[in-house]
Amino acid sequence: MLKLHYNLEKLSMGLVAGIIVAASIGGIVEIAPLFVIDETVSMPEDMRPHTPLELAGREIYIREGCYACHSQMVRSLADELDRYGPYSLAAESAYDHPMLWGSKRTGPDLARLGEKYSDAWHSAHLIDPRSVVPASIMPSYPWLVRPLDTQMLSAQLGTLARLGVPYDPEMVSAAVADAQGQSRPESDAADAVRDRYGADVAVRAFDGDASLLTEMDALVAYLQSLGRLTDAAYGNLAGEIE
Amino acid sequence: MSPASTLSRSERQIGFGLAVALALLGLVMAAGAGHGVMAVHGTMALALGMLLVFRVGGAFYDPQPDADRLNRYYDAPTRFGITMTLIWAIIGMGVGVWVAALLYWPEATPAVPWTSFGRLRPVHTTGVIFGFGGNALIATSYYVLQRTSRTRLADSISPWFVLIGFNLFCAWAVTGYVMGSTQSKEYAEPEWYADLWLVVVWVVYFTLYIRTLARRHEPHIYVANWYYMAFILVVAMLHIVNNLALPVSFGAADSFTIWAGVQDAMIQWWYGHNAVAFFLTAGFLGMLYYFLPVRSGRPIWSYRLSIVSFWGIVFFYIWVGSHHLHYTALPYWVQTLGMTFSVMLLVPSWASAGNAIATLNGAWHKVRDDATLRFMFVAAVFYGLSTFEGSFLAIRPVNSLSHYTDWTVGHVHSGTLGWVAMIIFGAVYTLVPNISGRDTMAWPRAIEWHFWLAVGGTLVYVIALWNAGITQGLMWRAYDENGALSYSFVESVRAMAPYYLLRTLGGAMFLTGAILCALNCWATYRLTPLAQTPRDRPLGLQPAE
Ligand code: HEC
Ligand code: HEM
Repeated sequence: MLKLHYNLEKLSMGLVAGIIVAASIGGIVEIAPLFVIDETVSMPEDMRPHTPLELAGREIYIREGCYACHSQMVRSLADELDRYGPYSLAAESAYDHPMLWGSKRTGPDLARLGEKYSDAWHSAHLIDPRSVVPASIMPSYPWLVRPLDTQMLSAQLGTLARLGVPYDPEMVSAAVADAQGQSRPESDAADAVRDRYGADVAVRAFDGDASLLTEMDALVAYLQSLGRLTDAAYGNLAGEIE
Repeated sequence: MSPASTLSRSERQIGFGLAVALALLGLVMAAGAGHGVMAVHGTMALALGMLLVFRVGGAFYDPQPDADRLNRYYDAPTRFGITMTLIWAIIGMGVGVWVAALLYWPEATPAVPWTSFGRLRPVHTTGVIFGFGGNALIATSYYVLQRTSRTRLADSISPWFVLIGFNLFCAWAVTGYVMGSTQSKEYAEPEWYADLWLVVVWVVYFTLYIRTLARRHEPHIYVANWYYMAFILVVAMLHIVNNLALPVSFGAADSFTIWAGVQDAMIQWWYGHNAVAFFLTAGFLGMLYYFLPVRSGRPIWSYRLSIVSFWGIVFFYIWVGSHHLHYTALPYWVQTLGMTFSVMLLVPSWASAGNAIATLNGAWHKVRDDATLRFMFVAAVFYGLSTFEGSFLAIRPVNSLSHYTDWTVGHVHSGTLGWVAMIIFGAVYTLVPNISGRDTMAWPRAIEWHFWLAVGGTLVYVIALWNAGITQGLMWRAYDENGALSYSFVESVRAMAPYYLLRTLGGAMFLTGAILCALNCWATYRLTPLAQTPRDRPLGLQPAE
């Protein structure tokens, strides 16, 4: 090997080729099979994609960097099951472009957050975390009360559909109406959301005011959907692992 | 002397043309986007292009540089790169101290969108990794490549294109985050057009490197260049694969990565960990392998060991990303592979660190007396320590405790402060006098101060966060005698306060040192008399052109 290298280091293109080969093997061996082995992700029947409003909330979650302090991945460890709930399945993030598993828990994991708190608690907490949790070091987000910009929403659903997320053309074209509908429980549009995304979808005035669609509506709708897109994980009893 | 006057007339023409092209690109972006982040970024490119048009155009009829310049190294780009390194050091570390303070005192600065923690944190990571680290890598690579090949850079335009283009990328990145534009992938947050732009810059960089190597006057390619090449090549590969994305519209800074879920997680950490490996390690090993022998006046201790560790690092590192995903939904066999290779990686890592330290044998008196060399020695020691810690943290049961906690952040900074930043400062203090034609830095005492601030700051930072991380990990998993969890999450948050405060202080010490370094470089350029006899490695005989 030393001899080989001795010759290689006289040829710049030889070194280049050597580096590319040596640095490719590991990635290929670890990544390629994830796309072909079926057990990697087994999709449950009841798995649904995010509604347009939840998707808009997810974009806000990304924009504000919530992922820098919160993970969304419950590991298969006893204390995590006790603290957060069932461990996360690969299927639960199968439609997530990108995944938001996170790497740092300055705040708690959020993978099982949906319906843990009321909408009002979330609004109050996001506007001023220390008003509900005095020792919190989470930032305040008072600007989330501003109106939600839905201009790109339909195009966003369309892009995700092209990447394989199961949004049909009707969902794409009705994206803005669905976002409105999900926050106006008494409207006709609300029923359309349930028709398209399932009866389990939460349809509420998330920020307490049905008249104006705000970023808060979107973010809270997203937070309330975490861990609620499928029931598959709840079938795994804590005792099953380890 | 304006940089443009180091160019010949025909080179000025090319430079002028490129500046106009950049301005046009900016105009098209701004007009196409109309509003939003992309329009701002287009305007930035337009402004930069116009600035360059004026700089190059203004120097257009300056006297041509003497023909003899082809028999000298071309250091003007390195000088610019080092200046950018120091500017980004202050921005990146300044924001680091800021976000550190926010974790102790969340209301330290008003709750406005663009300075919210979640937006500033990537400004810190991008600012230090790409701005500070990246500029240092590019600037030193030009310097090292020329000396070890005993030839001048292959041309005079592309080095500027690479540096200016790279800094535009960094500026787009950090301004994008504060305006809320991010892909959220750690260390790969910039949006699609910035990613594409970086690919262009990188291709030019690689071409320059290869063309210059082709003109070398040494039969062998020196070790440092192997590492710089691994850095350039593998970073390109990682960047392209991880950033494959579908834009929502060509007129907006909005896209979706083509990867999803578990595959996305694996690709992200394949990228993320190898950004550590090939950006923050391989490139800096290149720096170490050049500047440490030069400064200590000792040849590398073992050539064979450097070969073994080079190929070991290139081959093993690629496998280890999955150690970021222990106990997650990633298939178990991939986690196990990641863990196994992480442990094996200790061998080539320690071989490199050991090789560096053994090189100092016989020069220990210099380490004692010369703060610059001491920076490099400490860098090698921290490299050894943090690679050991890294292998340890990759072991599954250890990771169950450390992952998601501040232990990881402590580990990261023992590497980035102790290793990356220290070797950069060592290199800066070695080359700045050289590229400015001076004998020494202006204020030798300030280097000594900087050294102790840096070492002290690193130790305070790292020790505080070890304590923080282990405390956190233990609190999260503690059960009381009734089998219930002992602590609520918020109790663990409260327990972090003293450590977060200490970390902020350690970071502030480190930042102070970096500011001293920048001032010292400025003084060297401005206040120190020129040296009588330049000392540099002679170029090889130039072929008649
Ligand atoms: C600086 C780190 C940080 C950032 C950024 C951050 N959080 Fe938090 N978060 C915390 C901490 C610490 C807690 C625990 C204390 C509390 O409940 O406020 C928390 C708690 C929470 C909780 C309650 C979870 C539970 O189970 O009790 C939710 C929900 C939440 N955050 C959502 C968000 C959202 C949404 C964002 C982005 C808009 C965000 N956080 C950004 C640190 C952060
Ligand atoms: C002045 C010195 C510095 C200070 C005060 C500082 C502070 C911080 C803080 C507060 C965080 C966020 C941690 C968290 O979310 O809990 C962070 C993350 C990070 N910093 Fe620094 N930093 C400094 C220097 C550096 C340098 C020089 C580098 C690299 C060259 C660096 C690389 C990183 C990286 C990669 C992360 C992300 C860590 C992770 O996700 O695990 N930092 N830093």
